[in-house]
Amino acid sequence: MESLESIKERVEAAVAGAVLEIVENPGPAAEHSLVVDHEHAVAVATFLRDDEALRLDHCSNVTGVDWLDSVEKVREKAVKIVDGEEKEVMEMREIETPGYLECVYHLFSMKLGHGPVVLRLRTADRADRVSVPSLTPVWRGAELQEREVFDLYGIVFEGHPDLRRILMWDEFEDHPMRRDYVEPDDYEYEPTPHDDVLDKARVHYAEGGGQ
Amino acid sequence: MDEGLRNELSKQGIFTTTIEEIYNWGRRNSVWPLQFGLACCAIEMIAASMARYDLARFGAEVFRPSPRQADLMIVAGTVTKKMAPQVIRLYNQMPEPKYVIAMGACAISGGPFKQGYNVLKGIDRFLPVDVHIPGCPPRPEALIHALMTLQQKIGSQKLTGPDRPRHLNAAEPSEFPVPQFGAKDLVPPQNGAVWTPPKLERAE
Repeated sequence: MESLESIKERVEAAVAGAVLEIVENPGPAAEHSLVVDHEHAVAVATFLRDDEALRLDHCSNVTGVDWLDSVEKVREKAVKIVDGEEKEVMEMREIETPGYLECVYHLFSMKLGHGPVVLRLRTADRADRVSVPSLTPVWRGAELQEREVFDLYGIVFEGHPDLRRILMWDEFEDHPMRRDYVEPDDYEYEPTPHDDVLDKARVHYAEGGGQ
Repeated sequence: MDEGLRNELSKQGIFTTTIEEIYNWGRRNSVWPLQFGLACCAIEMIAASMARYDLARFGAEVFRPSPRQADLMIVAGTVTKKMAPQVIRLYNQMPEPKYVIAMGACAISGGPFKQGYNVLKGIDRFLPVDVHIPGCPPRPEALIHALMTLQQKIGSQKLTGPDRPRHLNAAEPSEFPVPQFGAKDLVPPQNGAVWTPPKLERAE
């Protein structure tokens, strides 16, 4: 299969205005992925599916990722005036990255026997601007998996034909796979709790949960 | 009746019994399970009903597809919170006398999914369970053992007096409240009338 850089170039040539970004995977798998902008996502996906050299006709997996707000501390050289003269000092700078939700698609070609190509769609934030375009019109098999991502992560898929909860009941309000989800305190704890379970057990018994 | 006299009579070809004995004998030898499975334990339940393990030897091979015809609910597998109201509704639709076997780690406690957000931590939070079978999944022999335990329990029941079985006691409930789907959890998360949280003694 052709390289991701070449796919990116061909997509940007074929879909006018599309902005793609390659996300490097530093691990040994080196499975790099493409971040696609919302406006052109369906057109890009259609191109990937129909292009003669790619024929990515099989969307094998759709999943969600929850990225929390993060603060990265970076040491930087800076020029400052100390005691009347300019000096170079090391300074700590904090880079704040707002959190977002991400939907990841793994694409394969059944016809040509290659893959995967990994697509990512990112939401604007984690709170209320959580929609991404649905790729179900392109790959029909994504329908149930997008519903699952909607259920567990709360990503809203614009253009999905039937966006309802699939695992949890309709009255349920939270999204259990989000990293700030607090599960109901409804189990008795292990006889020898440790780590996270020990912390939970302390709170549980302090609140009289175990009677 | 005196046991010696009874033996003597049976040697002469005269069979004597009591209503209680023949009632319990009939009850315990025709326990028809409800045909439903929730997870992998159901595969072991199916194996137990087939020729190799032959649940028919105990009169319990007639798996009924309707709760109206069933006596025994084998809760075979993980009960998710989304499934729990349906399981309890099925139980409520079964006619008395009715029994429950909680089969496998998930049905008795949530098992490997105990810390999951969507798994009911044991069906005994909502239903009165007669026999618990541990195991993940329990082998068919374990299910047969559970059925034999249930048969012994039925056989030893007195039909009158304060210990009489639930279906002969008008004061005992035959149906249990079905929980509603709430915003965070089932409402109520457990039925306090049948289940109380265990007390764990622990040295800090």
